Amino acid sequence: MKLPVQSILFAALASAGAAHAAEFTVVNFGGANSNAQKAAYVEPFQKATGDKVTVVEYNGEMAKVKAMVEAKKVSWDLVEVESGEVGRACEEGLLEKMDHSKFGKKEEFIPAAFHECGFGAFVWSTVLGYNADKMKNPPKSWADFWDVKKFPGKRGMRKGARYNLEFALMADGVPTKEVYNVLSTKAGVDRAFKKLDELKNHIQWWEAGAQPPQFLVAGDVVMSTVFNGRIDAAQREGKNLAISWAGAIYDLDYWVIPKGAKNKDAAEKFIAFSSTPEAQHNYASKIAYGPVNNNAFKRMDYKMLANLPTSTNNVKDSVQQNLKFWTDHGEELEQRFTAWAAK
Amino acid sequence: MTSPALGAALDAIPAEPSTAQLKRELHRAQLRKRATAIALIAPLMIFLLVTFVAPILILLKRAVENPEVATVLPKTVQAMGGWNRNGTPSDEAYAALAEDLALAKEQNVAGVLARRINTEIPGARSIIMKTARAMPLQDAEGRRLKPAAARAALIEIDEQWGKPEYWQVIAKNNSRHSPYYLLAALDMRQDAFGNIERVDENQSAYRYIFLRTFTISLGVTLCCLLLGFPLAYWLSTMPERKANLFMILVLIPFWTSILVRVAAWMVLLQAEGLVNKSLMGLNLIEAPLELIFNRTGTYISMTHILLPFMILPLYSVMKAIPPSYLRAAVSLGSHPFAAFWRVYVPQTYPGVGAGALLVFILALGYYITPALLGGTNEQMVSYYVAYFINVTINWGMACALGALLFVATLVLYGVYRRFAKIDVSMG
Repeated sequence: MKLPVQSILFAALASAGAAHAAEFTVVNFGGANSNAQKAAYVEPFQKATGDKVTVVEYNGEMAKVKAMVEAKKVSWDLVEVESGEVGRACEEGLLEKMDHSKFGKKEEFIPAAFHECGFGAFVWSTVLGYNADKMKNPPKSWADFWDVKKFPGKRGMRKGARYNLEFALMADGVPTKEVYNVLSTKAGVDRAFKKLDELKNHIQWWEAGAQPPQFLVAGDVVMSTVFNGRIDAAQREGKNLAISWAGAIYDLDYWVIPKGAKNKDAAEKFIAFSSTPEAQHNYASKIAYGPVNNNAFKRMDYKMLANLPTSTNNVKDSVQQNLKFWTDHGEELEQRFTAWAAK
Repeated sequence: MTSPALGAALDAIPAEPSTAQLKRELHRAQLRKRATAIALIAPLMIFLLVTFVAPILILLKRAVENPEVATVLPKTVQAMGGWNRNGTPSDEAYAALAEDLALAKEQNVAGVLARRINTEIPGARSIIMKTARAMPLQDAEGRRLKPAAARAALIEIDEQWGKPEYWQVIAKNNSRHSPYYLLAALDMRQDAFGNIERVDENQSAYRYIFLRTFTISLGVTLCCLLLGFPLAYWLSTMPERKANLFMILVLIPFWTSILVRVAAWMVLLQAEGLVNKSLMGLNLIEAPLELIFNRTGTYISMTHILLPFMILPLYSVMKAIPPSYLRAAVSLGSHPFAAFWRVYVPQTYPGVGAGALLVFILALGYYITPALLGGTNEQMVSYYVAYFINVTINWGMACALGALLFVATLVLYGVYRRFAKIDVSMG
C-alpha cells in the first residue's frame, strides 16, 4: 500500500505542531474567498497543529508590503497576491524565495503554480456573467457581449486595461488562444481600443469584485465581466446568475512570504497543508476556484467540475493571463486606458 | 555751592534713566514677551513641522529623485560620460554594463532597474532581467571578457543592446535627480537628447485630469455656495434656540463617516433607488434617470458632503453682522431687495471667501467620493496618486502628481489672498 505524501505530511504536521504553537498572520482579499479559506484551511490547520492563525484582509496594496519590508517590521507572514504582483514584488526583492519541495511532489501540481517567490493558491477566472432571470436568450461569447442590438442594455467591465483589451480582441474575432500574440503588437492594441470605442457608452465600470453581482441582480447591467467565484457565491445565495465560459481568462493567485517575515516556517507549513488534496477539495467545494493540486480533481463530481475554471470543459476555450505581457506593458497600457477613458 | 550733605542726598536719589537705557529695557521686555509667546506655541510648531512640513518637503524631494539608474549602473554611467547619444556607446560602456549588472544580480537590485527603464521603454523589463540573469560574462576560462568581446556577448543576449534606445535612456538618467516624473505628470517627456516634447496623443491623460479636477472642484464650490448661502442666512436670522436645533441637522451628517454617506447616496441614486422609484411612482419620468457613475452623481454627493464647510463659516460671519445696517438702509428709502444686495451681501464676503476656499481646496483632494460614485471620466488627481502608490508602486510619479497639485493649490491660494485684500479695501 502506497502512502500518499500528503497524508504523511499531514501526520507530520500534526505531531510537529503539538510541540510548540506558533502564531502567524495570513492575509487575503476578504469576502467569500476569505470565508472559504477559513473553513477549508485555517480552522483545520489550527486544529491539526495548534498554531494560531490570524486572518487579515487587504485589497492588493503591495505598497503596504513594500513599506513593511523596507522598514524591516514585517507583521504579515503569508500573503495572497495576484499574479501581476508576485513577479513585480519578487524582482524588487520584497519576497522570500520559495522552496517548493516543502509542499509536495512537483508532478502533482499544475506547472503554473510554481514561481520563484510564490506558490499557487488557486485558479480563478474572469468570465462573462449575466442574470439568467432577465435573459431569455443567453449570450454565448464576447461577440454577444459587444452586440448591443441583440442584447440591449448596459455592460459591466472592470475599470482598467487588464482583461478588457483581451476581451475586445476576442469579440473582434481573434481566437482565444491567440489573443496575446495579437495584443503584443501595436496594431493589436490599437484594434482592441477601437473595439472598446464601440461599446464605450454602454459600459458601467466596476472596481471591487463584489460590485458586478450587485449590478447584475439590481438590473443596472445585463452582462458583466466578473470573477467566477463571485457568481458562484451569488448562486449559493439563491440568485440566478450564470456564466458563459467561452473566452474566459484564468489566472492564479499566489501565496507569498514577505522578506523578513518572522514566522516563515509556520507560513510554509500552512502552504503545505492547504495544498493537500483533501484541503483543496474542501476549499473548492465552498467556492468555485480551481485547485492547484491535480489529485484534488479526482474526488470531484461533475456538478462541482462544471463550475471550476480549469476543469476540462471550461478550460477548452480559455487562456491563461499572460503575466509577462502585463508586467512589461501594464503601465503603458493602463495609462493609455486612462487617456482613452477621459475622452 | 552744594554742601556735602546735599550732594550725598542728591546721589541717593536714582538718576533719571537715559533714553538709551529706556530703549534697552523696552527691547528686553519685548524679547521676553516674544520668547514666552514662542515657548507657548513651540509644541504646536514642532508638531506641524514634523507631521506637516517635513512630509511635504519629502514629497517634493521624491518627485525629482531618480536614483535607480545612477545607483545600479554607476560604472556604465561613468563610461558613457563623453558619449554624444548617437548610435551606440564605446566598448568600455558595454564592459561596464556587464560588471554593473553582475553586481546587481548578486545584490538583487536588477528588478528595480528593470522597472525604472520599463517606464520609458515598455518591454525593457524582461530584457534587462534576462541580461542580468546571464551575468557575469566570462570566457571559456572564467575570466572577465574584454570590452569588445563584452559588446558582442551583450548583443548576442539581446539585440536591443546593439540599438541606441536603451543606451540613450541610461545616459538620460545618469543623475540622481531628474524632471522625468514632473514632466510625465504634465504629459511631456524628454527625448534622447534632453529636448522636451509632448507625449503621444493617446497616452496624454494628466493635463486633462488636472483640468477635470479643477472643473469639478469649481462646480462643487459654486453649488455649495448657491445652496449654503440661503441656508446660512436663514439660520442666522433665527432665534438662538431654534438655530441650534437646525444647526444640529447640519452637523450630524457632518460628523457621520464619509463612507457611510457615500454608500447611502449609492442606494438613493441607483437605477432602482429611492429617487428614481419615487419619481417614477409620481409619473414624472418614464425611464429611470442616470444619477450615478457619472458627473451628476459626483456633484450631488460631493456638494452634500462639503456643504457644512460652506455653511459654518458663512453662519459665523452672518451672525456677526448687525441687523441694524439693513434696517437703516430700508429706512433711508432703499427697496429691501436692493438693500440686501448692496448692504448685507458685501458684508458677508469674508465668509463667502473663507467657505469657498475651504470647499475648493477640500474638493481638489477628493478621492473616495468620485472613486465610488463617479465613472471613469470623474476620477480626480488623487485617484491616480493612489493608483501609483498602491498598484504600480511608482512613488516618483505619485509624488510628482501630488507636488503639482500642491503647487497649484498654493498658487490659487495666493491669488485668493490678493483678491481678498482688494475686497476688504473696497468694503
